[in-house]
Amino acid sequence: MKNKSLVSITDYTKEEYLKILDLAAEFEANPVQDILKGFVVATLFFEPSTRTRLSFESAVNRLGGRVIGFSDANTSSATKGETLRDTILTVSNYADLIVMRHPVEGGARFASEISPVPIVNAGDGANQHPSQTLLDLYSIRKTQGTLENIKIFFIGDLKYGRTVHSLVMALSQFNATFYFISPDELKMPDEYKIYLDNLGLKYFEYKEFTDIVGEADIIYMTRVQKERFSDPIEYEKTKNAYVLRAKMLANAKPNMKVLHPLPRVNEVHLDVDSHSSAYYFDQAQNGVYTRQAIISSILGIK
Amino acid sequence: MKDKKQLVVSAIKDGTVIDHIPAHDLFKVISILGLDHIENYITFGTNLESKKLGKKAIIKISDVFFRNEDINKIALVAPEAKLNVIKDYKVVEKKVVELPDEIIAIAHCVNPMCITNKENVPTKFQVVDKKKVSLKCHYCEKITDKANLKIN
Ligand SMILES: [Zn+2]
Repeated sequence: MKNKSLVSITDYTKEEYLKILDLAAEFEANPVQDILKGFVVATLFFEPSTRTRLSFESAVNRLGGRVIGFSDANTSSATKGETLRDTILTVSNYADLIVMRHPVEGGARFASEISPVPIVNAGDGANQHPSQTLLDLYSIRKTQGTLENIKIFFIGDLKYGRTVHSLVMALSQFNATFYFISPDELKMPDEYKIYLDNLGLKYFEYKEFTDIVGEADIIYMTRVQKERFSDPIEYEKTKNAYVLRAKMLANAKPNMKVLHPLPRVNEVHLDVDSHSSAYYFDQAQNGVYTRQAIISSILGIK
Repeated sequence: MKDKKQLVVSAIKDGTVIDHIPAHDLFKVISILGLDHIENYITFGTNLESKKLGKKAIIKISDVFFRNEDINKIALVAPEAKLNVIKDYKVVEKKVVELPDEIIAIAHCVNPMCITNKENVPTKFQVVDKKKVSLKCHYCEKITDKANLKIN
């Protein structure tokens, strides 16, 4: 994968996913190494995402590399009207790899085509955020022992949730069974259901999940955002149906884990945090190992 | 019996005749083929009667012979188009058009947040459904379908 940009989760094959996950496991066992000494990684965040930026920067710092960059467009030349093209062509002189987050969809793909150094997409608008998907896969494999034949619940906003779409695409290569649980307004888009149909994979759609929690290996929660609803009354009526509480997990399987891309608002109640199924903070920790794996494999060090 | 179209659009000696263009897409075809930027003698007729299309258009271009990869682009708007290659007033070859696998720098992406609508980046689509004309943006990965299709 040396010098191969990571823009979309579909850029990598199943074998490449597994290679990254194996490498991430190595970093988990040995997270502080000096293998990036002399390397500079740029983190260009044209829109703020503190969590993702810190995770990437922590990954680089723990491997002995240096980080340059900016954390929102106000401190970058983008506010002076510089094009993405010019920013990338300039910064690529200063860094060995560019991690970028940009509100424009396809911005990272375009950057990867003009940049002489590899690009890692840390989110391009509502489109892709592949390092999130890889850390989700890592968390699933670590807690379930395998990625094959997983039964996974996706709960909340399945229409706009890019992390959901990317994870569905990735898990479709591992014979997963999907449970899509959402209000009508935020259902899984048809294109993904057609994709699963064509692969002969099973999926089910529900409006609520209290009675079926016992089926799940993984519950993947997402935020239901008010602004996604055309009717505010509809939002008020539905928001509480997609909040996870500890008492709902009484019949859950012992191996079941709750994942969430974070930040959460109220969709995972605080009382879940102390439940043995809560895994979202560990998931964030896994993000550092996964990003160490992504960066070192693209730089050709591992 | 002489075809009525022959009366409204005069014959050419050498060149290409493109027939069976939907009348309302004539100018899109002209734009896709760049006919508005060439010096050759061009005649066209539009709003001609057609059993298949209702109203059709026809274009005759003197001394121009298209490569398949160029002419196939018009399948985006005129999938039924038929070409006659003319040499010395005679039809020497007939062609139909087929949508190519990739469409570059012709159509607009439907997504207002797409990089191709924000910066000077030529559009590029993968044709995911040739029959329904469904285009997947190489950049933002969103689908632009026939109903939303805008030509440069
Ligand atoms: Zn696009």
